[in-house]
Amino acid sequence: MRTVKAEEVTEALAKVAVNANYDIGPEMLRAFDQALAAEKSEAGQEVIRQIQENARIARQECVPYCQDTGFAVVFAEVGQDVHVEGNLTDAINAGIRKAYTAGYLRKSILNDPIERKNTGDNTPAVIHYDVVPGDKIRLTFGAKGGGSENMSKQAMLKPADGLEGVKKFVLETVSSGGANACPPLVIGVGLGGTFEKSCILSKKAAMRSPFHRNPDPFYAALEDDLKESLNKLGIGPMGYGGTVTVLGVNIEVHPCHLVALPVAVNVNCHADRHGEVEL
Amino acid sequence: MAEYILKTPLTDADVQKLRIGDSVRLSGTIYTARDAAHKRMVEGLDNGQPLPFDIKGSLVYYVGPSPTKPGNVIGSAGPTTAYRMDPYAPRLMEIGMKGMIAKGKRNDAVKEAMAKHKVVYLGATGGAAALIAKCIKKCDVIAYEDLGPEAVRRLEVEDMPLVVVTDCHGGDLYIEGRKQYEVR
Ligand code: SF4
Repeated sequence: MRTVKAEEVTEALAKVAVNANYDIGPEMLRAFDQALAAEKSEAGQEVIRQIQENARIARQECVPYCQDTGFAVVFAEVGQDVHVEGNLTDAINAGIRKAYTAGYLRKSILNDPIERKNTGDNTPAVIHYDVVPGDKIRLTFGAKGGGSENMSKQAMLKPADGLEGVKKFVLETVSSGGANACPPLVIGVGLGGTFEKSCILSKKAAMRSPFHRNPDPFYAALEDDLKESLNKLGIGPMGYGGTVTVLGVNIEVHPCHLVALPVAVNVNCHADRHGEVEL
Repeated sequence: MAEYILKTPLTDADVQKLRIGDSVRLSGTIYTARDAAHKRMVEGLDNGQPLPFDIKGSLVYYVGPSPTKPGNVIGSAGPTTAYRMDPYAPRLMEIGMKGMIAKGKRNDAVKEAMAKHKVVYLGATGGAAALIAKCIKKCDVIAYEDLGPEAVRRLEVEDMPLVVVTDCHGGDLYIEGRKQYEVR
């Protein structure tokens, strides 16, 4: 059995989290280039140019791309043949603490939804564990902005609502909340599973690159179809009106119960900051 | 869509010429406040306490910056979503606030108060926080230091790039702009 020290996890995650907040990454930059070429409204083009310039400044000067450096979300795929020396959850939180403190990132996490005292170091992270074959640990980090998270929705549709019902729900969610979520957006859709499974899948989808299609051709086509429909909403960059409302739609799917059709839409902004590391 | 260069403080005439879609480069002094600061300011007003800055002709920027790196004026400082300040904004308009800088839609009560008191709502590009920080030349915390990123700051800005998203004539870019591009 392979051994990984807790400190290694902390160090590696801290690096990924700081870097994701400073550098939006080549795939998002490519998405912005394509958005600028596709956008028809002048105000929309100006927004995209500002976003591109912002990305350049943030990367060059090592400052956060957005001041809301988000809730730290970590998908941890832990190989069943790896032993962690120390406490893995503590190690992950220590990595977030280090990143948000040493990296001058904003601390936005409160101790309790009602008491609402800042924890001071942006911990705890939201961690989703998955045990997988192998002897590696793969951590996928996302900095999830609160403004776009607030526009996300879940629905337990009726099976009779079918594919049309799913499309309608995605369109309605973006139509009502999209302008407030800093478009152009990346939309994560979680389809199937139980109530909570659909939400977790939608987060996973929202953290996926807008260039990676679902491996199932049916869902890959649905992703393209939804992107086209969402861009017809006219919301445009920052909601000022335009032809680019979303940069991409990603769908993740899970089997579901015979009486259910759960669908969750996790809205991500253009500050789609994520990164991963394998240990 | 016109382009304007504006300097603070703003007058009624400055505000009245602005229409949705116009772009604005703003220079001068502005003040930051968001959820907790608005709550305190309005509660203070209710108890007869003065505001921590001169509200006449002022612009309030809804922002909670990231921590300042050594050697920088301020951390990244893009706008936060405005609707959470909707319950407080009309009160500040009544006593002379002339502009708000943020992102996202406002409710009807805010829009009505804007028309009544001649106030403009300017949109800053959400998420363009490093870019906007470049326009901020000076930053001083002037009240509610205990609120951290939510403390009230006085900012000196130069050529801050903004768009008129709601004007005092009832125009709302979130509605009108979308109408132009929506394909039904
Ligand atoms: S929604 Fe995203 S881009 Fe907009 S302020 Fe929040 S984190 Fe930043």
